Amino acid sequence: MSGTQTPEKPDEHVAPSPRAAQWHTVMRSITSGNATVAVLSVLLAVIVGSLMIMATDEDVRASAGYFFSRPGDFFAESRVAIEGAYTALFRGSIYNTRADDVATGIRPLFETLKFAGPLIAAGLGVGLAFRAGLFNIGGRGQMLLGGAVSAYVAINAGFGGPLLLVASVVAGMAAGGLWAGIAGLLKARTGAHEVIVTIMLNYIGFYLVFYALSTQGLLQAPGSFNPKSLPIPADGQLPKIAGDQYNLHLGFVLSLVAVAVVWWLLERSALGYRFRAVGENPNAARAAGIDVGRTYVVVMLIAGALVGLAGANQALGTVTSGVTVDLDAGIGFDAITVALLGRSRPWGILAAGLLFGAFKAGGFAMQASEGIPVDIVLVIQSLIVLFIAAPPLVRALFRLPAKEAA
Amino acid sequence: MQLTLRDITKRFGTLVANDHISLTVEPGEIHCLLGENGAGKSTLMNVLFGLYQADEGEILLDGEVQHFAGPGDAIAAGIGMVHQHFMLVPVFTVAENVMLGDERTGVAGSLDLDAARARVREISERFGFHLDPDAVVEDLPVGVQQRVEIIKALSREAKVLVFDEPTAVLTPQETDELMAIMRQLRESGTAIVFITHKLREVRAVADRITVIRLGKVVGEADPAASNSELAALMVGRPVELTVHKQAPRYQDHSLQVQGLTVTDASGLVHVNAIDFEVRGGEILAVAGVQGNGQTELTEALVGLQHHVTGSIRLAGAELVGRSVRAVLDAGVGFIPEDRQVEGLVGSFSIAENLMLDRSHGGPFVRRGSVARAALRRFAQDKLVEYDVRAPGIDTPAGNLSGGNQQKVVVARELSRDLRLLVAAQPTRGVDVGSIEFIHAQIVAARDSGIPVVVVSTELDEVVALADRIMVLYRGQVVGIVPADTPREVLGLMMTGERPAEVTA
Repeated sequence: MSGTQTPEKPDEHVAPSPRAAQWHTVMRSITSGNATVAVLSVLLAVIVGSLMIMATDEDVRASAGYFFSRPGDFFAESRVAIEGAYTALFRGSIYNTRADDVATGIRPLFETLKFAGPLIAAGLGVGLAFRAGLFNIGGRGQMLLGGAVSAYVAINAGFGGPLLLVASVVAGMAAGGLWAGIAGLLKARTGAHEVIVTIMLNYIGFYLVFYALSTQGLLQAPGSFNPKSLPIPADGQLPKIAGDQYNLHLGFVLSLVAVAVVWWLLERSALGYRFRAVGENPNAARAAGIDVGRTYVVVMLIAGALVGLAGANQALGTVTSGVTVDLDAGIGFDAITVALLGRSRPWGILAAGLLFGAFKAGGFAMQASEGIPVDIVLVIQSLIVLFIAAPPLVRALFRLPAKEAA
Repeated sequence: MQLTLRDITKRFGTLVANDHISLTVEPGEIHCLLGENGAGKSTLMNVLFGLYQADEGEILLDGEVQHFAGPGDAIAAGIGMVHQHFMLVPVFTVAENVMLGDERTGVAGSLDLDAARARVREISERFGFHLDPDAVVEDLPVGVQQRVEIIKALSREAKVLVFDEPTAVLTPQETDELMAIMRQLRESGTAIVFITHKLREVRAVADRITVIRLGKVVGEADPAASNSELAALMVGRPVELTVHKQAPRYQDHSLQVQGLTVTDASGLVHVNAIDFEVRGGEILAVAGVQGNGQTELTEALVGLQHHVTGSIRLAGAELVGRSVRAVLDAGVGFIPEDRQVEGLVGSFSIAENLMLDRSHGGPFVRRGSVARAALRRFAQDKLVEYDVRAPGIDTPAGNLSGGNQQKVVVARELSRDLRLLVAAQPTRGVDVGSIEFIHAQIVAARDSGIPVVVVSTELDEVVALADRIMVLYRGQVVGIVPADTPREVLGLMMTGERPAEVTA
């Protein structure tokens, strides 16, 4: 009955057409696939990553040249290269075995946690939207807006003390939430697809922040010609929480709190119940009196606020020397990967965020000590998503029983 | 051609959909496959048609073992299938549809439409179908579209013809005509497999009846057997087929619908200025062939339609223009026509589904949190009270059988303090045992003194439940008649004709 309706009135678009329902099914199976597939995807990506490490390693390439006369060399060199790469990754992300004392040795772990903070927060934002059936690709724009506004408040609020930090973080979250809320509102009111809208809002957000950063009186540092803000005043910074020798700041704790809050929201609250109902079956939700359009708006507001928290985390904690348009550091998009790998579950996102934080921290060590391009890490991250998006491939490779369609 | 299925077994994971099913269909015979939804009839036919591969057993045609890798092989071997949902291209003509999949081409690959037209004319004359080969399929009535499917199968020289629930979309008259066609095909020597769960039809045409239950053949029945004997075989226990109810005791608060018109976004009118009243303590059953405005009517009653004019008054309060939430809060219970689409969230547990329309407050939400203990107690009680067969309240609703899913929906809706019950197709795809139970619940709701609107395309259900019957045709009320109106008259009304003795 509700097959091909032409847009006219709000909320009608909420009843999906058959094709939309199909897309919905596919998206749901990708965003909430099972844990085994997620773990195996990581494993597969690491294996494929090993092959690439071999391909980029000069000694391995050289030994491949005389493979048929001395194949042993090839395998030995391969082993050295792969082992070297992954131990460097370990040293860079968890514990540096070459350090003189434990205090220095443990430093990489704190780096990992520092990187994981915004990944987790932004991953929660994307994952929460997934659970309500929305594909939030707008992480970048929401992070930029969140980070820029939180920096603006921290720099220009005109007061100090602990309140400044609170005000800055809240402002950043509000900005991210409103930016994402635009997509939710457009979807609820006009049926505009949130994928398109959030992607476009990424561009608009980027240039908006760029404009603010290049305009005197907005965010640009006074008297400067660079698109960069003033440094964040001390009271506006997220304080270090593990002592001055480590970079880990309060942002990580805020992300952990966000994990707990989102868990409660999704699993225990009535609001989260409605999010999930709308995500799993919007038709049934509508017939049960749940305002689907309104739910879309609310979930995008909250999702955007979480991504905004990641932005504030960057601006007020990680890069306190001043905000630039590189503020999001690719986290806005990595968040999608984190949410997918974490199967849109808060605890899953926490685990995935930690893994990706480790990749970020360890990738540089890998390049520095082994000469392996840091891009390999990005390739591994991308492979993880690719495998997660193709569960039949993973199932076939590991001979898992397929889901039966009776 | 004689069709033999020997020990066909088909498993899906741990589920055995077909368990050593053996069956023989002789040429010139109508062999009925009777079973409830989910008994394994469709799986068996998909095996026969090459869509599934049997895990064990074999298919024989005239004693020769066949191997069907896909429908193409089955068609080539002489098996034709008339699907429940027609496999026709709506914008193609009859001739184009008939040639689809077997296109004859002429010079430079151009389609030989003339040959297809001639073929359609020849077959339709043989059976007296009067089909125009150049008619566009989507313009044809449903019953005629079905004939196109039949012609399509016959044009491939089908010697074994499978009808999969063919009457679901037909009016009683069209059903009678289909029966006549099946008899004609039988006379011409075609072997016919007729899959259905409707007892009346089985007894009308079957030469032999094989009853399937839970994937197994449970026995053969004589076409002369009574309805209750057949139902008992199908369900595995004696079944009460008639609904027991007292004469209605009318109450004050009624549902009054005046000048109700429902259009869709493109301006198409689905319900056209209808008036009716349902008194408290009364069941008004809405009869009609599927797609005559029933869906839009029920959705309008609960606020799911957007372009509604006219008035819906429940105990004096106007419902038109209110949100679904407000309508439900006014005490309207709604059993939607497709429980999987609108009734349940399949991945949610039974307990979660039981609070679906009460997530804004009430007994299951306290200060923004779901009151899990209260919900669990409630769900446990309802599981017992409504006889939902499930491992527990945490079982995902999507894993339940159709009947049990429907009981969850019924339990949820009837557990609220209702002032009106709207039930659309309350027993579609529900096993006979659950039908009995759900009907009893609907009658109990009526006896509590509220008005009840039941929409059904099954005439049996309409007659069994109704205190009065309203027949819809193309969005208009053909007439509102007493429950004891003869079937023939109702059938005629469903085609839009108003018999002389019926006054609107």
